[in-house]
Parts: sequence; structure tokens; C-alpha cells
Amino acid sequence: MPEWPSQYHPPPVAIHRAGHGDTGTPHHPWLQHHFDNMAQQAEASTLGMWVFLVTEIMFFGGLFMAYIVYRHQSPEGFQEASSELNRVWGTINTLVLICSSLTMALAVRAAQTSKSAKAQVGWLLGTIVFGLAFLGIKAIEYYDKFTHNHVPGPHFHWEGHFPKPAEQFYSLYFAMTGLHALHMIVGVGIMTVIAVLAWKKNFDEEYYTPVEVAGLYWHFVDIVWIFLFPLLYLIGGHFKGA
Amino acid sequence: MSGHVAPKMMYVMVWLALVIGTGLTVLAAEVDLGAFNNVAMLAIACTKAALVILFFMHVRWSSRLTWLVVASGFFWLIIMFSLTMTDYYSRGWVPGTLR
Repeated sequence: MPEWPSQYHPPPVAIHRAGHGDTGTPHHPWLQHHFDNMAQQAEASTLGMWVFLVTEIMFFGGLFMAYIVYRHQSPEGFQEASSELNRVWGTINTLVLICSSLTMALAVRAAQTSKSAKAQVGWLLGTIVFGLAFLGIKAIEYYDKFTHNHVPGPHFHWEGHFPKPAEQFYSLYFAMTGLHALHMIVGVGIMTVIAVLAWKKNFDEEYYTPVEVAGLYWHFVDIVWIFLFPLLYLIGGHFKGA
Repeated sequence: MSGHVAPKMMYVMVWLALVIGTGLTVLAAEVDLGAFNNVAMLAIACTKAALVILFFMHVRWSSRLTWLVVASGFFWLIIMFSLTMTDYYSRGWVPGTLR
């Protein structure tokens, strides 16, 4: 009988013994019994998060698809509608999100290098503050759109040449930035939970997967905005009227 | 566990590149470059997204399997965009068909 090809499949008994950690080998308290080691456990979580993010890509992708189709049908109408958005607020918000991504990356790094709970929580709080600043600015912009009757519906009013495409543009604007803002609100909630866990000294260089995975989510939401910003705010920059 | 620890300075440099990219895209939008406006805007956005994915999201140091999952997400997105737009662009090419 040929020997068991151990480099591919360890014998079943070994899986059982290594998995339960009661074989005399000390292991990290956060290692779940169905994983061989911390690295495998972390890899499984990160991969799972990425699979979720792929579904998110397609989720937002549907809205981007709608944007492409409607803009293709009325390029000038979209340019005119976009020129009414406040580019200063949009640019500031883009920078705010980029800063929040930096603090997020540094929060993960602080956990990864077993920095003090204070340092970890500090970077996470920074991320939360930037996130809230983004939402605050978004609220100012939404308020402005309501007072100018630029919200699609029975009270939508457009002074330009392309009222119909403008209403389509603003429908997409509210759907896309609204879904994005919802993700930001969820993100702030997640960061609060992670910050509490970090404060209770849950994370060190052996186990920081929750910080890492929450970071992946946060950066993804940042990436969505990286595309939303030019496509919504900047296409009317050089618009000179029809 | 051995996740790759990147130097703090690298994160700051990526942040700086993202800020510069934002500045460039705002400046480029002020100038009328015709169809090239869209090309420039999307090229900058894709570069910024790539920086975030590779460095902030640690994909540069991730396993091949993670690379595959990330790439497949964008691959399917591009399939959706290109097949749908193939339809919209080609409508009306044949006289008497749906416009």
C-alpha cells in the first residue's frame, strides 16, 4: 500500500489531534478548534470578507451600470445636472474619506504590532470622527438639494435645458450616495464595536483579524466614493451650457 | 500569526498619493479635454482604487486565492458593463430594429 501523501492531505487523525488543541500544545485562546493555526484562521476570515466585498462590488455595480446607461442616453443633460453639485464639499469629503482610510490602516497596524489599547482605540476613534464628518457634510449637501427642489419627485424643479435627464441624474445621485452613506453609517457602527473590543485588550500581533476585516470593509466604502466623486461631481466642471 | 507589517511611512506615502490624485482629478475636470476628460478621470480613479486595494487592504501581501477572488469581482463587473453597453451602443445599427 502506498504511503499517505502527507504533503497534500495530512492523515485524518492528525487533523483531529491538531484541531482540538488538547494534545498538550499550547495555543492562542482565540484559536477556534476547527482551524489548524492562527494564520489559517485569519486567512479564512479575510477570504470570507473578500467574497462578501465581491457581492458588494456587484451591488454597487448595478447602480453604476444604470448611471452608464442613462448618461449614455443624455450626456449633456448629465453634465448640466452635475454642474449644480457643490464641488468644494465633494472635494473636501473625498479628502476626509482618504484621511479616514489612513487612520484605519494605522489602526490595523497598531493592533498588528501589539501597540497599546490606547493607540489602537485612538486610530479607530480618528476613523469614526472622519466618518462622521463625511456624513455631516453629506447632510449639508442633501439639505441644500431639498431647499433647491433638486430632489426627484413631484416637487422636482429644474431651471436648465434638460429637466428630464437632470431628474434621472439626481435619482441616481441620491440612490448611489444614499447607499454609500448607509454603508458609512454601518461602518461607523462596526468601528465603535471594534474600538470597544480594542479597549478591552482583545487584539495583539497574534490575533487582530476583526480589526483587519473591519478595515477591509471601510476601505471598500472609500473605493466606492473614489468612483462616485468624479462621476457625480466632476463631469459638469467644464460645462458651458447647451 | 504572520501578517505583513508595512512601515508607517508607506501608509503616509500612499495617503499622499491619494491626496495628489484627488487634486489632479479636480484640476483635470476644470479643463475641457473632450472625451479625454472621462479617460483621465477614470484612469486617476482606477489608480487610486488600486493603491487602496494593494496597500491599505494588504492585497499586495495576500494569498493567491485572495488575489483571485478580488480580480474575479472586477472581472464580472466589467463583463456586466461591456455586455450591457454592447447592446445599447449597437441599437439601431440595423434599420427597423429597436432603438
